[in-house]
Amino acid sequence: MYPADAKYTKNHEFIRPLGDGTALVGITTYAQEAMGDVVFVDLPEVGESFEAGAEFGTVESVKTVAEIFLPSSGEVVELNTELESHPEFINEDAFGKGWLIKIRLAGDLNPELLDATAYAQLVAEESH
Amino acid sequence: MSETKKTPLNAAHRALGAKMVDFGGWDMPVQYPQGIIAEHIAVRTKVGLFDVSHMGELRVQGPQAMAFLDWLTPNAVARLAKGQIHYTAFLYENGTFVDDLLLHKISDDEYLLVVNASNIEKDFAWVQEHAAAWQVTVTNESDATGQIALQGPLSLEVLQPLVDIDLSEIKYYWFAYGKFQGLPVMISRTGYTGEDGYEIYCPAASTESVWNAVMAQGQPLGLIPTGLGCRNTLRLEAKMSLYGHEIDDTTNALEADLGWIIKLQKGFFLGRDELLLAKARGLTRKLVGFRMLEKRDIARDHMNVLVDGLVAGHVTSGAPSTTCGINLGLCYVPLASTEIGTRIQIEIRGKACEAEVAATPFYKRAK
Repeated sequence: MYPADAKYTKNHEFIRPLGDGTALVGITTYAQEAMGDVVFVDLPEVGESFEAGAEFGTVESVKTVAEIFLPSSGEVVELNTELESHPEFINEDAFGKGWLIKIRLAGDLNPELLDATAYAQLVAEESH
Repeated sequence: MSETKKTPLNAAHRALGAKMVDFGGWDMPVQYPQGIIAEHIAVRTKVGLFDVSHMGELRVQGPQAMAFLDWLTPNAVARLAKGQIHYTAFLYENGTFVDDLLLHKISDDEYLLVVNASNIEKDFAWVQEHAAAWQVTVTNESDATGQIALQGPLSLEVLQPLVDIDLSEIKYYWFAYGKFQGLPVMISRTGYTGEDGYEIYCPAASTESVWNAVMAQGQPLGLIPTGLGCRNTLRLEAKMSLYGHEIDDTTNALEADLGWIIKLQKGFFLGRDELLLAKARGLTRKLVGFRMLEKRDIARDHMNVLVDGLVAGHVTSGAPSTTCGINLGLCYVPLASTEIGTRIQIEIRGKACEAEVAATPFYKRAK
C-alpha cells in the first residue's frame, strides 16, 4: 500500500526520489482518505525554496483543510498543474497522478523520514 | 468521558465501508466509500439514505400538553393540526438557545419532540424541570427509537412500494402512521437537506431491517447511503441552522434570522420577554449568508469575519458548495452589513479574503 521507494513524514506527506536529484512530493493515501474529497490545492511558485518541515501549501477537501509540509529541503522545479482542474486525482491516486510538486533536493534526504514499513506501522497505530 | 454511543445501524455502516467519526458523543458515519461529493449529488439529483437514529425523541403527554408546549416554545403550538409538524426551539429566558427541534402534533394531549443528539440529556432535563408545574408527563424515548432519513427527488418512488399508506398524501412538514412491510412506523415528510424526502421512525430493534429494505429497494434507482459530511453541506446550502454553529446559548433567536418561529403575538413563552426587549432595543447583529469571490478561498467554521478591516464576527459554517459551485458560508455581521452584496472579508490563514453577503437559501429545490 505504501511504495517502498518513497519516504514518509509523520504528518502524512511522501517524498519519492526520482534518481536524478529531484523528487516528487505529495500526501499519502492515508491522508487523502482522512480528508475526503479534495476540492482545491494551493501550491507554491516554481523556483521557491523551502527547508525540511516548512509549510509549502494547503490541500482543501469538502470538510477540512490541511497544511502540507516539505519532507526534505529543496527548490520547487515543477507543479502538478493538472490538479487545478482535477483535484480529485489526489483521492484517486495519491502516489501517482495526485503528486503535488517536484523539488530539486538540497543535499541528502532528511534522515528523520520514515520508510514504508515504519510509516505503515504509524498509520496502523493512528487508525486504531 | 462516557463511552461513545452507537446507533442500531453501527455494524451496517461499518459493513458498508463507512468512515466513522465521533459526532457529539456518537460514533457516526461521516461518509461512505463514494465520498461526500458523490453523496451530496445523489441527494440533490436522485436519493440518499441517512442514519439519524442518534436524534432524540421526547414524548409529552397529558391534558395540558398543548398549553405547556405553547408556554415552553416560541412557535404557535395551538395552531398546529393533528399530524402537522413545525420547526421550533427551546429558549432560555434570555432568548438564547437550549436547542432547536421539530415538534409533531399527535393529538391535543400528545406531542413528539425530535431534538439534537448531543442535547438529549440537557433537553430532557429542561422539559422535565418545567413540566413539573403542569399536568403532563415527559418520556425520553430516544434509545428505543430508530430513525432513518430518505432524502432526494426519488424518495417517494423508493419508499412507496414498501409502505401501506399513500405517501403523496403526506404534505411537507406533516406525518402519518403506517406499516412498513407490516411493521408499524411513523413517516414524516421532513428532512435536513433542502430536498424532498421522508423520515421514518421505528423501534430501535427494527431499524436495521428497515434500512436494509430501503437500500435494496432504492439501489436500482441510484440510492446510496449518505453520511454526516454531505448532510452538513446539504443543510448549509439550504441555510438550515445547526446547533453549536449558527445557534447556541450565546445567540438569540431573532439575530439567528429565525424570527419566523418566534410568535411574539401569541402571548407568553419562555424567552419572550427578553426577545421583546431585544427587539425594542434593536438588534446589533444578524446571521447572513456569504459567498467567497475567489474560487481558491474556502471559508471554514470559526474564521474571523472582517468589516472595514476589523473583526466583526466569525464564520459559523463554511464549506465549498457542490451544487452552487462556489465557496459559501454563514456568519454573524453587524446590522449595517447585512444587505445583499455588502463586501466583507474572511480571514483565511492570516489573509483577508474578499466575500460578499449573498441571498439565502443558497439552494432552493424546484417545486
